[in-house]
Amino acid sequence: MAARRISLFLSRSFTSASSPLLSKGVNPIRVRGISRYSTATALEDPITPPVKVNHTQLLIDGKFVDSASGKTFPTLDPRTGDAIAHVAEGDAEDINRAVTAARKAFDEGPWPKLTAYERSKVLLRFADLIEKHNDEIAALETWDNGKPYEQAANVEVPMVVRLMRYYAGWADKIHGLTAPADGPYHVQTLHEPIGVAGQIIPWNFPLLMFAWKVGPALACGNTIVLKTAEQTPLSAIYAAKLLHEAGLPEGVINVVSGFGPTAGTALASHMEVDKLAFTGSTDTGKIVLELAAKSNLKPVTLELGGKSPFIICEDADVDKAVELAHFALFFNQGQCCCAGSRTYVHEKVYDEFLEKATALAKKRSVGDPFKSGIQQGPQIDTEQFEKILRYIRSGVDSGATLETGGERLGAKGYYIQPTVFSNVKDDMLIAKEEIFGPVQSILKYKNLDEVIRRSNATRYGLAAGVFTHNIDTANTLSRALRVGTVWVNCFDVFDAAIPFGGYKMSGQGREKGIYSLSNYLQVKAVVTPLNNPAWL
Amino acid sequence: MATHGNGSSDFFAKMPEIKFTKLFINGQFVDSVSGKTFETIDPRNGEVIARVAEGDKEDVDLAVKAARHAFDHGPWPRLSGSERGKILMEFANLIEEHAEELAALDTVDAGKLFAGGKATDIPHVIDIIRYYAGAADKVHGEVLKMSGKFQAYTLREPIGVVGLIIPWNFPCTLLSLKTSPALAAGCTMVVKPAEQTPLSALYYAHLAKLAGVPDGVLNVITGYGETAGAAISSHMDIDKLRFTGSTEVGRKVMQAAAASNLKPVSLELGGKSPLLIFDDADVNTASSLALSGVLYNKGEICVASSRVYVQEGIYDEFVKQLVEKAKSWVVGDPFDPKVCQGPQVDKKQFEKILYYIEQGKREGATLLTGGKAFSNKGLYIEPTIFVDVKDDMLIAQDEIFGPVFSLMKFKTIDEAIKRANNTRYGLAAGVVTKDFNVANTVSRSIRAGTIWINCYFGFDVGCPFGGYKMSGFGRDYGLEALYEYFHIKSVVTPIYNSPWL
Repeated sequence: MAARRISLFLSRSFTSASSPLLSKGVNPIRVRGISRYSTATALEDPITPPVKVNHTQLLIDGKFVDSASGKTFPTLDPRTGDAIAHVAEGDAEDINRAVTAARKAFDEGPWPKLTAYERSKVLLRFADLIEKHNDEIAALETWDNGKPYEQAANVEVPMVVRLMRYYAGWADKIHGLTAPADGPYHVQTLHEPIGVAGQIIPWNFPLLMFAWKVGPALACGNTIVLKTAEQTPLSAIYAAKLLHEAGLPEGVINVVSGFGPTAGTALASHMEVDKLAFTGSTDTGKIVLELAAKSNLKPVTLELGGKSPFIICEDADVDKAVELAHFALFFNQGQCCCAGSRTYVHEKVYDEFLEKATALAKKRSVGDPFKSGIQQGPQIDTEQFEKILRYIRSGVDSGATLETGGERLGAKGYYIQPTVFSNVKDDMLIAKEEIFGPVQSILKYKNLDEVIRRSNATRYGLAAGVFTHNIDTANTLSRALRVGTVWVNCFDVFDAAIPFGGYKMSGQGREKGIYSLSNYLQVKAVVTPLNNPAWL
Repeated sequence: MATHGNGSSDFFAKMPEIKFTKLFINGQFVDSVSGKTFETIDPRNGEVIARVAEGDKEDVDLAVKAARHAFDHGPWPRLSGSERGKILMEFANLIEEHAEELAALDTVDAGKLFAGGKATDIPHVIDIIRYYAGAADKVHGEVLKMSGKFQAYTLREPIGVVGLIIPWNFPCTLLSLKTSPALAAGCTMVVKPAEQTPLSALYYAHLAKLAGVPDGVLNVITGYGETAGAAISSHMDIDKLRFTGSTEVGRKVMQAAAASNLKPVSLELGGKSPLLIFDDADVNTASSLALSGVLYNKGEICVASSRVYVQEGIYDEFVKQLVEKAKSWVVGDPFDPKVCQGPQVDKKQFEKILYYIEQGKREGATLLTGGKAFSNKGLYIEPTIFVDVKDDMLIAQDEIFGPVFSLMKFKTIDEAIKRANNTRYGLAAGVVTKDFNVANTVSRSIRAGTIWINCYFGFDVGCPFGGYKMSGFGRDYGLEALYEYFHIKSVVTPIYNSPWL
């Protein structure tokens, strides 16, 4: 259903896919005829968010507490750069306290000692509570992150609910195996919770990433210390509070707001953390993995950057391809690790595609994300904003053709015009590095072997889009692309059941689906001799 | 001792309001085509609780037609697993709200303990539904490693219209056990509850509709085995049949399936389950396990430990404690919370059990306690313990389905295994021992679908259950039960230029 919701979001023409169940309590997204890059006025006078920030402290051992140092940091509204609230700033000492609480909750219980059915009921109640507070949570998310409110309210928060229900259903279905040994032995495997999980989540989908990590960890019976991104601390604190309301025992989830080099480092290198999961940039992922290696060799799951190709074959329906390629790149202000940021178009349809893609980018409505019908809000912060503008300059300097966009929008906040480059070459910086912004790079190709080779000529391997009607082409590309997800004739279809993760420097391990459970389980083999067995 | 049983009195004779007595077809409660009804009887006193519509072939045809339409054209198999799961979660919540009513219906209809129904059976039903609700979006096929240049995968597709025939001993539990995985899988179904216990199934159907299960997905035909049951078994448009009941009827069901459209069948039938108690066992624990293993639910349970084998070293002590414990086993009105055992379900069963007790006496088994019915009113039978039972006696061979305990002595583990396996049944077995090697050897040696070590009735929704030999085939519970409701479809296509195979 969440997958369909995304589809629903991405294109007006797909709204017929909606089912009666789907529309229950969720307003369909209306994309009105908003003119190109919404007016400066809308940017000057931000809409007051319909939510209050009630929680800004750390959540440790079931209690809201200040940081050990007493320090706080401002979390900023990306529409204006103004502070929304001052949030407790966790550091090594706070991580220590959180790990101690999580350790105790794991070692002494009751969480891992509950029946799986009891754990699943807590997760189900949590899902109900998130559903109940859908709009409030979505507003917090938009305020802190700048993403369109309608996207948060109609797509992301319902996906959080879906994920939690999905993993609630797994809790009582985690089976080990009995195994045949070459001899008179009885062998069984116990799938045990791994212990205290350290989880570091990014700012681009704060609550969704919370759900991807927390859902499977809790279903398996682990306890958690979670560090949010310093840009977006608010929604996780809110959600963690609801988890306690749902009956989660104290200390099972601990949320520490703070910065990577301080709190993040302390968590990654902690000797009492049994498992680490990180989503973020490849550069930071390397540091995290090193810290894990240097400390207690904790296993690490990494979901990192990407430079995902979106391949439009010669037989593709160009109009649909344009729409999907646009969505693949511009969704969430281009701040997706799996953004289709290298649009490879077959030479036969290149000109038509380029013209239409440029026209579509020009029509994209940018403005206050709280405003109805807005497709694109501001980028997350000044650092990202400046970085994206630098990449745009580099694109121009290296000889790519700027078809549209290329500038900031308005004088305040971090808005950037939807930007399209054509004539992009593989060795240009904009075709090699992850921009994480609304910058579409269009490249031309001649044949399948060539596009496979070029698509794979990257250090990343997160995802790819393939647009073709030909089953052989689809099969060949699906197997030849060295990426963790291939979307054929669709893109960004996410569902709780679909595993996600990277090849190469896009990371290691898989999240979501049944695969995510193994991140949070130890496998123990129990072996005993058999006396006079009836069979082997 | 009260008028019936050794528990107290008619004081507890509650009667739930009977709201549903008609067939449930395509989302509506309807009379049978013939207009006929039959009586459903309260086994506590033989009184008529209600008259219920009597479904026959024509009614089954209508129900199958509705189920067929709901499967071929309706929304149910076309919803995502997660959407079906949400409806099942809602269904579970509604059952939770109406737990007391459902428990009461099974008490008046089947003579089951009301307190047990409320505290155990109905919560277990809820657990079952939630389990399969959570499984609905976890149905995976596999992507296959082919030896040639092919891309191939398997799909688990809902099998279609299923016929489900439910017995009377655990009406609600077995109804949910059969229907909830079928619902989760996206199947539609025609359910026939036992003629002894039609009431809770109709109530259940009503709640399913309230929860949002679309019309035609779950149809309930109340009626008799020879008519409605036979019509389901031999129906040409039913794609799969699942039956729980006696071995004798199971055979007929399978024959009907074979003679009609060769629909696949799974059968959960009778048993004569051995409980092996070794010398190192704690006698107190073992005697309690054995007693409830036989007497639980008045012995009306397919996995009853109806052959108890005790090793010679602790045999005498075991007998002593068993007799002691049997004395405190209270028989009486199942609404009385102190009562351990209510009446047998109907006159026919009641008489069959008494017949077997007489056989036991005639064949020379020693009657230790019990051995007769309690009174003229109600179908109450004394907990009956036979010792010195020989393996070739009728009471050691046939399924009695009543509160009749057959105790046997053994010397060695090999002997115990051999005698335990010397039966046409293979449903379950128990082992009581502290010795790891004994437990492992017995577990692998006994040809039965479930082995309980140092426990008995260790049922869990995640733990598959079913029989070897003439106890049937196929599994209830767990993901195994879910997989009963799917076809496996393999999809194969050639691939070209794949960088790996």
